[in-house]
This record gives sequence, structure tokens and C-alpha cells, in this order.
Amino acid sequence: MTAAAFNVLFSHWRYRPLQLVTLIMGVALATGLWSGVQAINAEARASYSRAASILEQADLSQLIARDGEGIPTSVYARLRRAGWQVSPVIEGNHRFGTTSVRLIGIDILTMPEEGRGFAVSGSPDLVAFASGQGQLLVSMNTAARLQGVTQIPLRISPDLPDDAAFLDIGMADRLLARNGVLSRLIVAPQNPGLPALESVAPELVFKSGGQANDVASLTDSFHLNLTAFGFLAFVVGLFIVYSATGLSFEQRRSTFRTLRSVGVSLQSLTLMLLAELLMLALLSGVLGVALGYVLASTLLPGVSATLRGLYGTSVPGSLSLRPEWWATGLGMAFFGTAVSASQSLLRLWQMPILASAQHRAWAMASNAATFIQAVGGAVLLGAAILLALLGHGLVAGFAVLGSLLIGAALLLPLALSTTTMIAQSLSRGAFTSWFWADTRQQLPGLSLALMALLLALSANIGVGTMVSSFRQTFLGWLDQRLAAELYVTARTEEEASRLRDWLPGRVRSVLPVWNSEGEVLGQQIQIFGVADDATYRDHWPILLGAPDLWDMLATKDAALINEQLWRGSDVGLGKMITLPGGWEARVVGVYSDYGNPKGQVIIGLGSLIAHYPATAKLRYGLRVEPERVDMLRRQLVDDFGLPDENIVDQASLKRQSRVVFEQTFAVTGALNLLTLAVAGFAMFSSMLTLSGQRLPQLAPLWAMGLRRRDLALLEVIRTVALWFATFLAAVPVGLLLAWVLLAIVNVEAFGWRLPMTVFPFDWLKLGAVALVAALLSVLVPVRRLATVNPADLLRVFANER
Amino acid sequence: MILELRNVGKSYSTAEGPITVLKAIDLRLARGKSVALTGESGSGKSTLLHLAGGLDKPDTGSVRVNGRDIGQLDDSGRARYRRLEVGLVFQQFNLIPSITVAANISFHARLAERYDPNWEAELVEMLGVAHLLGRYPEQLSGGQQQRVAIGRTLAARPTLILADEPTGNLDEATGDSVLDLMLALSRRANLALLLATHSVRLANKLDEKVVLRGGMISQ
Ligand SMILES: Nc1ncnc2c1ncn2[C@@H]1O[C@H](COP(=O)(O)OP(=O)(O)O)[C@@H](O)[C@H]1O
Ligand SMILES: [Mg+2]
Repeated sequence: MTAAAFNVLFSHWRYRPLQLVTLIMGVALATGLWSGVQAINAEARASYSRAASILEQADLSQLIARDGEGIPTSVYARLRRAGWQVSPVIEGNHRFGTTSVRLIGIDILTMPEEGRGFAVSGSPDLVAFASGQGQLLVSMNTAARLQGVTQIPLRISPDLPDDAAFLDIGMADRLLARNGVLSRLIVAPQNPGLPALESVAPELVFKSGGQANDVASLTDSFHLNLTAFGFLAFVVGLFIVYSATGLSFEQRRSTFRTLRSVGVSLQSLTLMLLAELLMLALLSGVLGVALGYVLASTLLPGVSATLRGLYGTSVPGSLSLRPEWWATGLGMAFFGTAVSASQSLLRLWQMPILASAQHRAWAMASNAATFIQAVGGAVLLGAAILLALLGHGLVAGFAVLGSLLIGAALLLPLALSTTTMIAQSLSRGAFTSWFWADTRQQLPGLSLALMALLLALSANIGVGTMVSSFRQTFLGWLDQRLAAELYVTARTEEEASRLRDWLPGRVRSVLPVWNSEGEVLGQQIQIFGVADDATYRDHWPILLGAPDLWDMLATKDAALINEQLWRGSDVGLGKMITLPGGWEARVVGVYSDYGNPKGQVIIGLGSLIAHYPATAKLRYGLRVEPERVDMLRRQLVDDFGLPDENIVDQASLKRQSRVVFEQTFAVTGALNLLTLAVAGFAMFSSMLTLSGQRLPQLAPLWAMGLRRRDLALLEVIRTVALWFATFLAAVPVGLLLAWVLLAIVNVEAFGWRLPMTVFPFDWLKLGAVALVAALLSVLVPVRRLATVNPADLLRVFANER
Repeated sequence: MILELRNVGKSYSTAEGPITVLKAIDLRLARGKSVALTGESGSGKSTLLHLAGGLDKPDTGSVRVNGRDIGQLDDSGRARYRRLEVGLVFQQFNLIPSITVAANISFHARLAERYDPNWEAELVEMLGVAHLLGRYPEQLSGGQQQRVAIGRTLAARPTLILADEPTGNLDEATGDSVLDLMLALSRRANLALLLATHSVRLANKLDEKVVLRGGMISQ
């Protein structure tokens, strides 16, 4: 008997295959977007935690200089004599032609196995690495980039991240011109009974292995961002599933009654329906995970570009399939199905065996539901405002986003039904008045899809506004920061000093770009020295500061700090800041420094040379008349003898930055579009199911003299009107969303605040896309209606219904 | 002559092959007259009304209304005919659920651009639905709904009313009073009324009675 009953239940899907497709697609899309995003996150995290542990040898304990500067060889020798098992490392960035590579110079003989970055299989390996020409140990990609720009033999190690190389410490010392100053010391597991560090080398501090690295915490914000998007897409997908299951239950009401009246118990009916849902969830979950895999592998190159652009971390552009995605993906599919079916199951339990389908009662219930939803929405919006005012931290920022979006979505049906009510009361003709009344009656069936649409559209507007604001600010900032026409890098200090003699007379001014690194306020940061030049006075993007700050910088112990350092600490204008080497400078200004995850300090060039005499003096910005740029470049190559790749002109630098930037947001753009597509699909499926129930409502109008194509046209107008109303509602929600992203989430995530710029033209474009999607979503149902067989309309009037 | 059917034939194609419902129907209906179309269930009464109402086309013969063959009209022409010349009353009432009773009553008249508040007020008065005007169709009883449907039809001032078992969903007493009202009103408006029913008792209330049997009309 169970088999027979199950067969009856399941025959519904054979009868309505499109509904089945909708349901499966809904779960699959939701799961796909979710698991795709999770896959990207997991892959990226895994790869840079691997990178960090290799490059920073973060699993090993280390000694670093207390003042953030290098460690003299004498200190190293003292430690070894005292019995400490330490191994020296010299580390820094080096340019091979135009490719910048992070060099990690190690002493292969004393370095513990885990710190070597590759497996040493025997003495030939050791000899090749440490003697003669030496060797650069690099990843496949880095090797490809270095091909032909260096004489040093390359050896490929699959474990290494891109843009980094392990090499012998002696060679690193030469390439980086460190004169024996070490970056850090790796500490091997120690024998007990050693003299304490404080007594041997008080200038060093001990850093134990396995500590979280700062890259992970920075990129967390990016992943949170992606996860939020994945979750949004999942919610939109749930709307589809919810309406599809609801409909399949609604349409099978009479079947349920019949089954129960022939003796199938409520329990076994419920079990059968659960089994059905489980099967569907399994099927669509598997599809969804596969979809997610495709999505992730398509988007991953964009994500790695984003991570490289924003944080300078590198992630391989390929994906491996992990079992945990299958698990979480299927889990989400089951969860989603369960959530969206629970209300229908609950209704089944409350449904009496007899009593015919009470349409009006159902409509009244849905009126009440609209109101309750709206109250919930208002509460959520209130919560969003409170959180925005009182909350702190990234999580609070995302909570504001979430409650804003869902609150607005919940308020939408009431807003739309009020609008149609007003439109009806304003309309003159019987016909327009009917049109609005009828539209209001369709709302309960469409509101889920429209809510999904609102979410997708406002996410689009919000994120679009954020990206455009970012773009505009960033490009403006680039113009300010890249004020010099040419940037040159000398290969050696000797060449640099020749260059300093050669340039005067040929250029308007020479701006040294010299920097040192060290620890300030517990962060490892860069310290730049700037010349006293009008270029900075005219262009540098100052946020706060005294009017005479450039004079103070040139003559006194004064410093500018970037916005990140300013927001992340309690150092304010006029306070003293302790810089590496123990000297103090007064903070005279704050400047914006977009895209930089770390703090930065600017001091006068004189102070830089006085306090950090070892600073490399290789890079210069050159101010020349724009029309002389090409000639100067030629002279630098031909007359002076600088390789062309050591000269970068401002225009191409800007172009490169712009490319990095565009790639950075390509992923967001793709996710945005996908979310919109899912919402469009939700609308399509709702329109299709509604159109099936429309005939009884439209047949009397046909009988009173409206043509089928008039009715079809009305459906189109109605759909477009609803989309348009939703779009109008999405604009303010989207702008609020953008504001939250720029003023709350961005500050918490990156440490800087972006000015918001509004781009109404982008909305028009989005509106046009939405309009096309609206027309597409209504195309099939309307074609059906326009060509419906009159016999189907007549059946409505047939006495036996 | 308002309605004139000559030699009308209609068959449907079904899975079991074509079935002929109407063979050769001849029927005439003059202004001010009411004719009862009787016959067993399945004899083709609804089919005939649908042809007369311009909802469907005959296979053979002609359906003339006010001298014009409506079988020859295209889709738009028939829509216009339904809007301006004919009024349909169904067993299921077929009111528009999303608008009020008042809006339902004036709806067809406004579509036909013949809205006349005085005539409508008179109708509302005679139908006894004045206290229901602000309600929605779902809040009415069957008899009340059918009164509203009749009001809707008459408000548009058609020349011909086609009623398909209008009392079929009503109890006997309600059905009788609804039918009496319909007859009184169509006489008052000097309309032609063709009413399909399987009840001989109701058929006897009309001016004339014809029987549909075997696809033919017999007196
Ligand atoms: N669209 C249709 N397709 C096939 N058969 C139909 C269709 N409409 C009506 N019929 C058949 O035509 C016959 C007459 O139906 P109908 O005109 O509704 O009769 P009545 O109204 O007298 O009960 C019935 O046998 C019915 O099954
Ligand atoms: Mg019938």
C-alpha cells in the first residue's frame, strides 16, 4: 500500500516536470554558489597558510631584533659560541629585471629540515645549492618569469609559493647588499641548560613557532566578504525552493485528502513526503556541488588576482577537489530543503481531512502573513540601525548588512501591495482599476521571487557603488601618489651615486624613493624618507595635518603616518611616535594609502639618512616636462647605461595598477551577475507556475470581450511594473548597503574609509539588464497565454469542474 | 431577428476520434423573446451557447447576430462582438475575485463604454444587492453572486443574453427567484434571452422551449 501511495504522490512530478526542474535547479544553484565560494575560500586559505609556513618558516621558533632592524654577525657568533643552535636567514625583495622576488637566503647546513623549503636528497643537492654558481629554488611560475633575466641556475620546487626564491645565504647577502646583516635567526630545538637569551643577546627577542601570521588575519576580511556573497546567493536560491515546494504541496492538497481518506495515516504521509524531499535534496545537492566546483575553478584565477592585488599574497589558480566540500555542500542542500519545506509540512499537519480548498481563507492568511513579515522586517531594520550605531568589528558590520538586506526584503510585499492599492484608488477606468486589483492578488504568489530580486538588485547596486567609489578614489589617489613622470632603479649603490651626479640639469627635480623597514607600535612597517620638494606639497593625499607639515618634516623630527596606522592605534596628530632605533618623532599629518594592508611612516629624507644610514639608495622619481619623458628615457638607456626594464614611466605604472584593480573586482562582478541570474530564474519559475493558475481568473475577461493577446500584454506590463517597483525599492537599499560597506565594513577590514560616490548611470544599466531579465522571465508564460486554445478557456465555464 | 442559427454543425476531436455534438441546428430568436434550451446533460447546450456567444466557431452553417455572421469574424472581431453585443451568464458565476461587487457590476459596461449610473442604480435596486456593493465576491452566497453576475451582464446593455444553467449551483427557491428576476429584467430591457437548462419546470417559465437531442433541435 505504501508503494502505491508513494507512486500516487510522486506521479505529481511526472505531471508537472517543470516544477520538478525548478525545485532541483533551485537547490542546485543555491548549493552550487555556496559550495563554490567555500571551495575558493578553503583553497586560498590552505595555500597561503602553506606559503606562510614555508616562507616565514613560521613553524619554527625565531630570534628577531628588538628594534626591528637587522642582526649583526657578531651577535650570531656570540649565540653559537654560547651553545645556541641557531641558523641565520637573510631576507628581502630583489628585482630581476622587472620581476620582484622575495629572496630567502638560508644556511643549508645549519637550517633544520622544515626551514629549507625543499627536500635535500643527498650531498649533490647540497653542493649545487651552496657552492659555485649557486641556485635559485623557485616555483614553476616564478621560474617561467625569471627565464632569461638571471644567470643564476633555477631549480623548481613544487612546494614553493610564487614570487619567492630560496637561495644560499652568501648569495642573498650579495644580491641584497646587506653586508652581513642578518634578518633573523631560526632556533633549532635546544638542549637544556643554555645561558638565557637576555644574558647572551639582550638586543634580540624570541618568537615561538606556529604563531598565526598577519596575512591570514588580513585576508579574513576578504573571505568574509566572499562568504557573505555566497550566503546571499544561497538565500536567494532558498526562495526558489521554498516557492516550488510550497506549490507542489498546495497542488497536491486534494491528493493528500484522498490518500488520507483511503486510510493512509498522517505519519506515513509525512514520512513519504520527507523521503521524497530527501531524494530530491540528494539529487540536487550532488548537482549543486558539481556546479560549485565548476564555478570555483572558473573564479579562482580572479580570486588569486584579487588576493595578489589587495594583499600581495599568492594563491595558485587551480583547484583540487576536497571531500569536505561534498560534505558541506550536501549538508547545505539538505538544510535548505528542510527549511523551505518545513512550513508546507506544518500546514499538512494542520489540514483537516475534509473541507474544500478555501481560496479566500488562504488569501486572508497570506494578508496576515504579509503584515507579520513586514513587522519582522521593520524590527530587523531597527536592529541594523542600532548595530550600525553601537556595534564594533567586522562581524558587526556584516550583521548590519544582513539585517538591512533581509529587513528590506521582508518589507517589500507590504510596500508593493500598498502601492497597488494606491494605484487602484487613483485609476479612473474600470479596466485599470481591475488591473491593479488583480496585480495585488498575484502578489502573494510572486512576493518570494520579488524579494529575491530585491536582494539581488540591491546587492548589485551596493557592491557596484562600492567598487565604483573605490575605483574613482583609487585612480585619483594614484594620480596624487604617482606624481613623478619616471621612476628609475639603479642596480647598485655605485650606479645610484653616478646617477645622482648625472641627473641634475637633465630633470626638474630628483625625488629619492628610499625606505627602511622596522617595527613601529608592534607592527613591521615601511619608513619612507621624502625630499623637501613642491611635488609632495602639491600632490600628496593628506587627510589631516598642520599647514606647515612639509616644512616641519624637512627640518624637525617629524613624521607623517598613513591612515591604516592612524586608525589602528591611538597615535594622533601632535603625539610622539617611537621609530626603529629608539628615536622619537612628532606626528604632524595623516595621509591616505589605499590598497596597503600595513602601516607606513614618512619622515624627512635627512632624518632617514641620519637614523638609517644602511638604507639602500637605489630608487628615484624624476620630474620632467611630459614632452621630454621619451627623450630622457632614451638618454638613460643609451648615454647612462641603465637597462630599460629599470625605468618605469608613470603612465604604464598607472595602467598596471588599474589592471590589478580591475582584476580585483572581477570576482565580485561575476558573483553579482550570478546572483541576479538566480533571482531572474526565481521570477521565471514563479511566473510560470502562476500562469498555470491564471486561466480561471482571465477567462471571464476573455468572455467579456478582451483578446488573448490583450491579456498577454497585460501580463507583460504587470511583470515589468513589478520589476520596476522592486528596482526602485532596490536603489535606496543598495545605497545604504554601499554606505555600510564603505563606512563600516571597509574600515574594519582594511583600516581605511572610502568617500562614497554615486553613479546613477550604472543604475540605469542595471535597470536595463533587469528589464531584459523581466521580459525573458515572462516570455514563456505570456507566449502560452497569447496562444492558449480557446477550448482551455471554455473549460473554465464548463459546468463540471 | 437578433439571433439566427442556420444549419450549424460542430464536432470535437478527441482521443477516441471526432465526436459530432451539433449536426444541423436551426434556431431563431427575436427581440424581447426568451427561449429555453433544454436537453440532457452532454447534449450540446453549452456548445451551442459558446457558438452563439462568439467564444467558439462553428464547423458548418452560420451564426448571425443582428444580421452579421459572427462565425466569419476574426479573433478581434469576435472579442468586439462579445464586448458590445452579448452578455454571458454562467453556472459558476465567474465574477472577478480581485475587485468589489460594485466594480464587478460596472466592469463590463465600462469596457463597452456604456456605463450609465442611473441604469446601474436601478439594476442594483431591483437585484437587491445594494447592501453588498463594497464586498468581494468570495464573501457572497451563491444566489447573491449570480445576482451580481446578472447585474454585470445587464449593465452593459447587450442585445442578447446567453445564460448557461444560471441556477444550476443554486437551491430551488433561490434559483426560482434569480430566474424570475432575470426574466423580468430582460423583458424590461427588451432583450433576447437564450437560456440553457435541463429543468423542464424552469423551462416552462420562458416564452418558448426547444429541445436539443441528437445534435438537432426539436420543438
Ligand atoms: N472541448 C471539447 N473537446 C471535446 N469534447 C467536448 C468539448 N467540449 C464539450 N465536449 C463534449 O461535447 C458534448 C456536449 O457537451 P456540452 O455542450 O457541454 O453539453 P451540455 O452543456 O448539454 O451538458 C459532451 O459529450 C462533451 O463531452
Ligand atoms: Mg453545459
